[in-house]
Amino acid sequence: MLQPSLFEIPRLSVTEFTRRVRRLLEGDPALGDVWVRAEISNFSRPSSGHLYFTLKDPGASLRCVMWRSDALRVRGLDLQDGLSVEVHGKITVYEPSGQYQLVVDTLRPAGAGALFAEFMRLKAMLEAEGLFDIERKREIGNFPRVIGIVTSPTGAALQDMLNVLRRRLPLAQVILAPAPVQGAEAPAALVQALKRLNDQAQPDLILLARGGGSIEDLWAFNDERVVRAVVASRAPVISGVGHETDFTLVDFAADLRAPTPTAAAELATPLTILDLAGALRSDRQRLDDLLNRQIDQERARLESINMELRFYSPARRLQTEAQRLDDLTHRAARALTHSLALETAGLRSLSRRLEALSPLAVLRRGYAVVTRPDGGIIQAASQAPVGAELHVRLAQGALKVKVNQSNMEET
Amino acid sequence: MAPSLKKVEGLTYEAAFKELEGIVAALEAEGNPLDESLSLYERGQALAVHCAALLEKAELKVRQLGADGLSDFEGQA
Repeated sequence: MLQPSLFEIPRLSVTEFTRRVRRLLEGDPALGDVWVRAEISNFSRPSSGHLYFTLKDPGASLRCVMWRSDALRVRGLDLQDGLSVEVHGKITVYEPSGQYQLVVDTLRPAGAGALFAEFMRLKAMLEAEGLFDIERKREIGNFPRVIGIVTSPTGAALQDMLNVLRRRLPLAQVILAPAPVQGAEAPAALVQALKRLNDQAQPDLILLARGGGSIEDLWAFNDERVVRAVVASRAPVISGVGHETDFTLVDFAADLRAPTPTAAAELATPLTILDLAGALRSDRQRLDDLLNRQIDQERARLESINMELRFYSPARRLQTEAQRLDDLTHRAARALTHSLALETAGLRSLSRRLEALSPLAVLRRGYAVVTRPDGGIIQAASQAPVGAELHVRLAQGALKVKVNQSNMEET
Repeated sequence: MAPSLKKVEGLTYEAAFKELEGIVAALEAEGNPLDESLSLYERGQALAVHCAALLEKAELKVRQLGADGLSDFEGQA
């Protein structure tokens, strides 16, 4: 054994010493990214939210701290002394007390690692079979009439979903196929419930859900039989298992994955009763508008037909005829006046010519007309024997004469 | 419209709303005689009133499907 030199002057302060230890420990990659499995003891959770505990096995103990932000991600675990856990973290040295500790970032129940490995194996196998293919996903309708639910009849998840459905789409009918959602009998019961819903109820979609829990609690939703039953379901399946951060194989197989049961019920009802009422209102408005428009159109058509009708109406015909008659009358009158004037002029000349031809005019020139008493005109002496009484018409007055002598040859 | 018009009161919301939309579309198409439009409109109004009433009184119906078939679900909060 090396003897210390008694004359040496101290070279390191405690701080420098501790810092050196710290650099040494924290520089070891094997201690900087490590999984440790042990039992919890001396567990404490002060109001700061950070977790302090010691991991122990028969041979040693290891102080651990888990900061609040990481501690918040630990769910479904009743952290207490004696619990077997697997933790992941890195070594640090807390200089004020000169103690090294493991800063834990992930904490899970012991055995979870094995479960996770199994999860990954199953996932890869089912994925290779194409059960998770995006092409397999079916559309979720806008307006489900019958909603199937597979979950525990006593869980909070069921009440959460029913509350959402009652609020969003009370027109829907819910058919619950109850099944235990954890424990050894859960997978077979979940498969049976899915099959029963499909065979007997023909729902428009199925909500397959359970509330949050530990990885073991949710394990039924990683069961190969349940995954295959989801794939085989005729009705589209919306999964809502655990919390936001929990992914189960059922989530991959489902047509739609919701982070929680509540969200699953919301995704199942894209249209709410408010949307329906709004659509109904706008349809009623549209109905009114359309009829009013047609009535307006009909009214306009009627108006225009009416105008046409008035155009061809007998009253209008009569007016037109009356006008034409007026017109004709007017023209006739004008024509008549004109021809009267002509006639008058003609008549005057005619009467002058007539006058010229009148026998009276001849008589005025000194001639006389001799007639027999019976009115026959005497044009030859032979017509008037001696002694015959004749009638002589002069320009002025008339004479009755007796024939004394007749000379037949004289003209 | 088909001669086999169902009574409005017996229609589900979905069926009534679908028919209402069909009527709106038919009225939109124009060219219907006015009396036909009027009876379409009356039918549409009746459907709309029926739909509104269904929305008004809608209450989520929950039944349970067990091994022995459908039964009322009692476990509602």
